[in-house]
Amino acid sequence: MVNEVCFKNIDKDKAWKLDVYQSTGGYNVLKKILQEKTDPATIIDELKTSVLRGRGGAGFPTGLKWSFMRRDDPGQKYIVCNSDEGEPGTCKDRDILRYNPHALIEGMIIAGYTIGASVGYNYIRGEFWQPYERCEEAIEEARAAGLLGKNIFGSGFDFELHSHLGAGAYICGEETALLESIEGKKGQPRFKPPFPASYGLYGKPTTINNTESLASVPEILSRGGQWFLDIGKPNNGGSKLFSVSGHVNKPGNFEVPMGMPFSELLEMAGGVRHGRRLKAVIPGGSSVPILPGEIMMDTNMDYDSITEAGSLLGSGAVIIMDDLTCMVSVLANLSHFYMSESCGQCTPCREGTGWLSRVVHRIEHGEGRMEDLDMLFDVAVKMGGNYYEREGGRTICALGDAASMPVLSFLKHFRKEFEYHIEHKKCMVARY
Amino acid sequence: MSKSLSQLVSSKAVAEVELWISKYPAEQKQSAVMAALRIVQDENGGYLNRELMDGVAGFLDMPFIAVYEVASFYSMYEHNPVGKYKICVCNSISCMINGSEKIIDYLEKKFGIGVGEVTKDGRFSIKEVECLGACVGAPMMMIGKEYYEDLTPEKIDIIIDGLK
Repeated sequence: MVNEVCFKNIDKDKAWKLDVYQSTGGYNVLKKILQEKTDPATIIDELKTSVLRGRGGAGFPTGLKWSFMRRDDPGQKYIVCNSDEGEPGTCKDRDILRYNPHALIEGMIIAGYTIGASVGYNYIRGEFWQPYERCEEAIEEARAAGLLGKNIFGSGFDFELHSHLGAGAYICGEETALLESIEGKKGQPRFKPPFPASYGLYGKPTTINNTESLASVPEILSRGGQWFLDIGKPNNGGSKLFSVSGHVNKPGNFEVPMGMPFSELLEMAGGVRHGRRLKAVIPGGSSVPILPGEIMMDTNMDYDSITEAGSLLGSGAVIIMDDLTCMVSVLANLSHFYMSESCGQCTPCREGTGWLSRVVHRIEHGEGRMEDLDMLFDVAVKMGGNYYEREGGRTICALGDAASMPVLSFLKHFRKEFEYHIEHKKCMVARY
Repeated sequence: MSKSLSQLVSSKAVAEVELWISKYPAEQKQSAVMAALRIVQDENGGYLNRELMDGVAGFLDMPFIAVYEVASFYSMYEHNPVGKYKICVCNSISCMINGSEKIIDYLEKKFGIGVGEVTKDGRFSIKEVECLGACVGAPMMMIGKEYYEDLTPEKIDIIIDGLK
C-alpha cells in the first residue's frame, strides 16, 4: 500500500501534466460532485469518516475544519492552501507541487464548492520557484480545459485559483501569519479567536489547509472515506508522506500507511548510513521532541503512537541521526533556526529564542556553565510551556512552543552530552 | 516627490506587477507588494533601494513604511548588492548533519570571500539561509531560482563552471 494517494502517479513520465492526471481518473470525482450537486454535508461526512488529519503538522481533522464554514452565509469566502513548507526536515509538499499539482487543484476546487468559496489562493514559499512554475502551468491547463473559471462542468459553480509567492519567512507557515502575508503585510500571527473560519483573509470566512491534506481529498472522495481510513488505523486514517532525511542511505519522500513500524520506514530509506548505530530521531519536523533510537525502533508512524512514545508526528519529517552525531551541536542548530525565524511580536519568544540560542551556542563552544542547563529549562518553559506536563505556550502562535520542545527533549534524553561539553569543553562524539 | 515606478523600472516589469495586482480583489492592491518587490529587485541586479521601495509604495497606494516593513521582514529581499549569482546555502538540521559547513567552507575558499560578501568581479556572493525544504537532497544550495542538491565539492565545481 505505498504511493496510493498523493504519489499515485509519481513514477509516470511527466506526472504533472493534465492528461496523465486524467488518465488515472483525475477530475472525475469533481465532475460527479458538481453535476450531481452533492450535498456539501455529505462531502464533509466522507472526510470525517476518512479521519484525514491536517498534514501540515497540527493534525486537526480536515472534515471538522471544513464544517466550521457557514457556506450559505452571504459574502465572499476563501479557501487557502498552505504550501509554505519550511519546517526543517520537511520537503513533501514540494514533491506534490512538482509532480501532482492537479490533485491539489482538484482538491481546492472541491474544498471551494464544499465551503462556499469561489476563490482560492495557494501560498507557495518564495524559494520554490520550480514548483511554483509547475503549479502555474497546471492552473493554465485546468483553466483551458474548463476546470477552473466560470460554470465548471456546466454546474453553475465558479472557481478561480491563484498562486501567491512568499519571500522567505518560516513563520508564514502559521495560518494567520500566512493570511497577513497574502494581505501584503509582515507575516505576524493574529490572535485567535476569532478563527479564520469567521475572520480570515481580508476579514472574510476562510479555510486554510496544508498541500498534502488538500491533494488527498480527490482520492478519498473517489474511493471512499472508509477505504482511506482502512489504509491506516482508527483515529489515524490513510497513508502519509514521510520525508526521511539525515544519516540514511536512501533519503527520500515515502507515502506509506499510517501506523507503519518506524523500523520498516527506516529500511525503506536504506537503513542508517555506513551501517552505524541509530542514535536519535526527530520524528515529525524540527519542532517536535527528539527521541532516542531505541524508543523509535519500538514505535509506529502514526499520530497516537508517536504521541505515546513522547513526541509528535508533526509534518512527518523524520530526521535520522547516527551515533557520531553531537547532540549539543544539533540543538545549537535548531535553536539558531528559531531565533532567526521568530517574528518578534511576543516578548517571550523574541527574547527567549535568543537566550536559548546564545546559551546552547556557548555550551557547544566550551564556554558553558553547569547552571546553564537549569536556565535553558527555565527559559524554554517560560516561553513554550512544559511539553512533558502538557502545558501550552505563552505566545500568540506556536513558534515559542516549537523552539521550546527541542530544548526540553534534548535535556531530557541527552543531558549527559551537555554536561560533558561543559565539563570537558569538547564533544563526547567525534564527527562534529 | 519620489519617482513613479514606471520611471524606475521597465514597462515589462510594470506589466508584471499589474498582472499580480489582478489576482487580488480590486481594493486589495497591497497584496501584490511581495511580488512587486521581487520583480523590481530582480530587475535591479538582485537588491532593493529606497527609491525602488518608494516607487512600489506609490504604485500600490501604500504608505512607505508599510513597504519598508515587508521589505525588511522577508529574508529573500536584499538591501545591499549581491553577486550576479547569489549562492544560498542551506544550514538547517538535515543539511547540517550532512556537512553543510564543509560546503560553505569550500565555497568561501573557492571564491576567496566570506558569507555575506561579493566577489570583486560582482559575479558571486554567498549567503547562509535557513531550511529551503529540500531536506532529502542534503546538503543543498540555491543559486538564483534553481535548487542544487546532494552537493559535493566536485559537484559544486561542475555547477559553477556551468554558469559561465
